[in-house]
Amino acid sequence: MTDAARHPPFPQAARAALANTQLRHNLGHATHTIRAKRAEVVGEVPDWQQLREAGRALKERVLRHLDDYLLELEAAVQRSGGVVHWARDAAEANRIVGDLVAGHGVDEVVKSKSLTTEETKLNEALAERGIRAWETDLAQLIIQLGDDTPSHILVPAIHRNREEIRELFLRKLEDAPRDLSDDPHELAETARLHLRKLFLAARIGISGVNFAVAETGTIAVVESEGNARMCTTLPEVLISVMGIEKIIPTWRDFEIYLQLLPRSSTAERMNPYTSLWTGVTPGDGPQEFHLVLVDNGRTNVLADVVGRQALNCIRCSACLNVCPVYERTGGHAYGSTYPGPIGAILTPMLSGLDAAGSLPYASSLCGACYEVCPVKINIPEVLVHLRHEQVKHSTRTDGVRERLSGEHVAMRAMARIFASRRLYEAAQRLGRLGQWPLVRRGKIEHLPGPLSGWSSMRDLQPIPKQSFREWWRERS
Amino acid sequence: VSSTPQQVSLFITCFNDTMFPETGRAVVRLLERLGVAVDFPLEQTCCGQMHFNTGYVEETIPLVRRFVRAFADSDVVVSPSASCVGMVRDYYSRVAAVSGDASLQTDVAAIVPRVLELSELLVDRMGVEDLGAFFPHRVTYHPTCHSLRMLKVDDKPLRLLRAVRGIDLIDLPEAKECCGFGGTFAVKNADTSIAMLTDKIRSILDTGAEVCAAADNSCLMHIGGALSRQRAGVRTMHLAEILAHTEQRPGRP
Repeated sequence: MTDAARHPPFPQAARAALANTQLRHNLGHATHTIRAKRAEVVGEVPDWQQLREAGRALKERVLRHLDDYLLELEAAVQRSGGVVHWARDAAEANRIVGDLVAGHGVDEVVKSKSLTTEETKLNEALAERGIRAWETDLAQLIIQLGDDTPSHILVPAIHRNREEIRELFLRKLEDAPRDLSDDPHELAETARLHLRKLFLAARIGISGVNFAVAETGTIAVVESEGNARMCTTLPEVLISVMGIEKIIPTWRDFEIYLQLLPRSSTAERMNPYTSLWTGVTPGDGPQEFHLVLVDNGRTNVLADVVGRQALNCIRCSACLNVCPVYERTGGHAYGSTYPGPIGAILTPMLSGLDAAGSLPYASSLCGACYEVCPVKINIPEVLVHLRHEQVKHSTRTDGVRERLSGEHVAMRAMARIFASRRLYEAAQRLGRLGQWPLVRRGKIEHLPGPLSGWSSMRDLQPIPKQSFREWWRERS
Repeated sequence: VSSTPQQVSLFITCFNDTMFPETGRAVVRLLERLGVAVDFPLEQTCCGQMHFNTGYVEETIPLVRRFVRAFADSDVVVSPSASCVGMVRDYYSRVAAVSGDASLQTDVAAIVPRVLELSELLVDRMGVEDLGAFFPHRVTYHPTCHSLRMLKVDDKPLRLLRAVRGIDLIDLPEAKECCGFGGTFAVKNADTSIAMLTDKIRSILDTGAEVCAAADNSCLMHIGGALSRQRAGVRTMHLAEILAHTEQRPGRP
């Protein structure tokens, strides 16, 4: 996620996105549709709140004992014929995967959708070693063909509409029929025929991981299209890459998450394909299985007592779909693999406040994300916590310059005023007297400096002649 | 169990004290009409929400101390601001923990359950919905995010409004969508805030209402500021101001 360092701060990136009419239209339509569907299928489950609580509690248990569970998982995978690799960071994860692929003398692999490899930039790392990784998830394929980056956790190409996709397929897919229309079935069929050839030829498949069962070493991938089923069953060799927090203790725990995830994610009662495999089965499926466990900043998140709940995330994307900020700016403005509310907390914790310090402020703290989160991540709480960390961080790194910044000076001055009744009442009187240069015809229409963002669209009423406390004193 | 407290302390909030004194006067008139004596501890200033939510937690600590001291003798504290009550209820214990001061933590734990938002006091604590109010105008109600999702006041404000004589209460489309205020968000992310506000204004204008009401003047200042800029002819009004009007003392939108 070194990209974040080069990415403009959120307010700047958002400004460009807000002006993109096509993006606003595509996103507004998509998020509102899925929002309504989710509400409907969640409403069908009478014990939804208990399920959320169970989902949260279990994830927190896993995080409390992550060291034990990881070793249990490793032993179970090895027992069933798999090989486990440990990667401290993105570079190490990419090197492990690259060595495995190169070791087999292969220069083309098929991939199912994986946020973790998106985070580690695996495709780019493989390309540097002359290995071509084909994305097989339809939306991920659209992203790859367009040299684009994902803008949504579940629907990476949510910012594209079907006219744009048709145009892209005609330009980039040699096997696309020349009379291709923008009918979704025709588009999907074109992708399907293109991908089928890749699946049948591939010797190595790479997948992500939704859940890994510590007790049995079973890996689970849930999906809609069947491409992950192809990637994980057809090739001779399967490499699965997972963030270390993706563990569930026992098989039984699927009971909770396979109810929570599909309904929150695609707004379905159950997703079409759920692939589960345990190590290697002779004569059936890949005969070589590698599991790559990736930290890449996760133990830092775990060390943050307020922030660690972000590791509960099961990547459903419900928080993105309900977020009024995401709905309008789209995912690219966040400059991270993880956009939206979960990205606004996860990205600064994974890649540092230097790279993503503006993200905790990219929220009105409306709380819609917390309300829908299937594992009860209190995103507003973590956002505010990270704002505290950001102020501490910039005071530490920028020292005097930060202490003298307009906001810092104003905040400290106001804190001093509010700490004394005498100063507070004096400030009320002073504000009333001092506002006259700004008041025109009973309104304030222009504010100076950093407050001009307010008055660009909103009038301000002047401070009234009598404060409440003055009225109260006069009355009693 | 509902019971009418004999005495409540008004936590006006710095913002209402300075910018919206009429809301405070309305709360006093309303509660006195219902037979509740109101006092106003003058030592109160600001709850610290802006500092806390913008990242200045150290600066919030003295404000929490001041709040706890100002309302130490109050059995019931009521405020016409959902977000300031949310700050006290959800985050004061966090600030106290950051301070490392055990006695502040004890004081916060003692005061938090005594602090109520206006509709909570009226509907939950006192068990009243029909307050004898009169407001013969077309009104739409915006449920602010903190009233809805922090305090979970649900439809309490709407139940109070439905009982107002003469009112023409119109449902606000997409009511639960944030208006885009978010405190310093409106300044730090002004463009995104305005995009959200634009959609909220459209919903309000679609209702044909003369008045947009809410349980928080901060969101209303944001919404009202845009309505004023657009010369929309629609004004904003705090819930308490509508509830304070009676046939003997009618109000105009």
